[in-house]
Amino acid sequence: MTVARSLFIPLVLFLVIAFLIGPFLIIVAASFSAGETLAFPPQGFSLRWIAKVFTVESFRASFGMSMFLAIGGTLAALVLGIPASYALSRYKLPGAEIVRTIVSAPIIVPGIIVGLALLRYIVVPFQIGITLALFMAHTALILPYAVRVVSASLENLRSDIEEAAVLLGSSRLGAFFRVVMPNIRGGILSAFILGFVTSFNQVPVSLFLSGPGVRTMPIDMIAYMEIVFDPSVAALSSLLALMSIGIVFAAERFLGFSRYV
Amino acid sequence: MSDASYLSLQKLTLTYGDSPAVPDLDLDIRKGELIALLGPSGCGKTTTMRAIAGLMPVKSGRVRLDGSDITRVPANKRAVGLVFQSYALFPHLSVYENVAFGLKLKGMRGQELDAKVQSGLKSVGLSNFANRRPAELSGGQQQRVALARSMVMEPKVLLLDEPLSNLDARLRLEMRTELQRVQKETGVTMIFVTHDQAEALALADRIVVMKSGKIEQIGSPEDIYNRPTSSFVADFVGFENIFPLENGKLKTSGGLINLSSQPPSAAGLAWRPRMVTLGIGPFRGTVRGTSFAGDSREYLLDTPIGPIKAEVEASQPAYALGAELVFDLPAEKAAPLARFA
Repeated sequence: MTVARSLFIPLVLFLVIAFLIGPFLIIVAASFSAGETLAFPPQGFSLRWIAKVFTVESFRASFGMSMFLAIGGTLAALVLGIPASYALSRYKLPGAEIVRTIVSAPIIVPGIIVGLALLRYIVVPFQIGITLALFMAHTALILPYAVRVVSASLENLRSDIEEAAVLLGSSRLGAFFRVVMPNIRGGILSAFILGFVTSFNQVPVSLFLSGPGVRTMPIDMIAYMEIVFDPSVAALSSLLALMSIGIVFAAERFLGFSRYV
Repeated sequence: MSDASYLSLQKLTLTYGDSPAVPDLDLDIRKGELIALLGPSGCGKTTTMRAIAGLMPVKSGRVRLDGSDITRVPANKRAVGLVFQSYALFPHLSVYENVAFGLKLKGMRGQELDAKVQSGLKSVGLSNFANRRPAELSGGQQQRVALARSMVMEPKVLLLDEPLSNLDARLRLEMRTELQRVQKETGVTMIFVTHDQAEALALADRIVVMKSGKIEQIGSPEDIYNRPTSSFVADFVGFENIFPLENGKLKTSGGLINLSSQPPSAAGLAWRPRMVTLGIGPFRGTVRGTSFAGDSREYLLDTPIGPIKAEVEASQPAYALGAELVFDLPAEKAAPLARFA
């Protein structure tokens, strides 16, 4: 009885961890396969599929598109989100709660609905180009993260330091850049990383808005797998995971990322 | 500009939204004066201070400083310094950079800047802390940084918001001395806001007692402490036994009472506990509470005219709880109050 009980918790822990990390390990292992198809256990060992990733033209294009959307969309979301967060946390505005809710909506509403709605009621009627549509959609999807994370760091920052800066001769705007921005830098960086990852991993909205010749990385991977079933998708996944881990590790190492999330 | 009105508030009206916070305030402050704005929270003292700083829009009236109307001058061009209650140091900057902040905005650079910052830090005894971050300093040190940061700007008026309230008792005395010294050495006009009468009495040249956005009384610490002109001020500075007068009689919960001697003509009378005589007199009371305070004993008496607080020297014979005694409220010792609210 006690033996069974003492084994129970470690067993559950092991299963949970195996469930979380297992698939990832399988994919990593599969990317080093020497075989022709995506399979586990891998057949032999080679780097040929990792090398092949860099030769697939559509991967290069979609990686470029995803990077553009992740970086550009996140920057745009921050440009909109930082002033919005500032207004929401510093002033008692009528309707502030409504704005907060609307801004958070893309997190709560399923992406497939957002994608369909954008396509049907914005992209098609207004004849918006695919790249622009994707950019706008990604910006909107990242905005909630930007507003939340930046608001959190603004709320931890005393507002009287701005008044102190003004009384020492700074303009209101100058005070924002001189004493507010440096103190919410960590929050902005966290928002950037969250936004980047959210955008890069985005599937449902991008699925609706992608079009001929313009695809994001995950959409392109799905499309590729429908035609070719070789381990290069696994290899690409491993490389992308490595990139994500690298970014988060660097952020944690240099800026203490986990303090802000 | 006359010397008596270096800083002058004229019919100043301030509002929060639609609710008036300060209506029609008039106040003249001399150059080099150390003024306390004293009152309970919500009396408008902080609002008034923020209006002088330019952080609060003025609804009507004027603020004049050093001969010019600064009512519409933005806060960053007023030459008014403010030491915030929470100090409001810039957390991302070192102590040195905090003090240099305003000077740099003035365009000061190089050796001139360095000399000025160093002397500012020296004047508050923090030369060895220049490279620390604010978070690495004690509350008292942070406040001195805030003081230095404002003072290096050579403001015409230095405002201080509850300057001693966040400090412990020992630091409070230290800071009090520090503020007086800085004021004496630089001759800067200082206005500080406080709800603590002891702080105002100890530090100020003149005290402005405020209530509901209006000035109740302006006077020297001696005036305020000994000669309050209203029941509100009397209560605020520690008079415990306060009664209205009606036709020369004390109006109490036990009806109109004749005093043992003729009272002055006033709207009310107030006695500190020390001014109450125990052992002789026309009034009777029962000891409801007693506490020993070292040099003295304090009694709370139940009497037909209401509760009375008395304080007598500890060397006098003590009364036990429940003891019956007689006492007097000597009219000649009482502070006559011109206004009773």
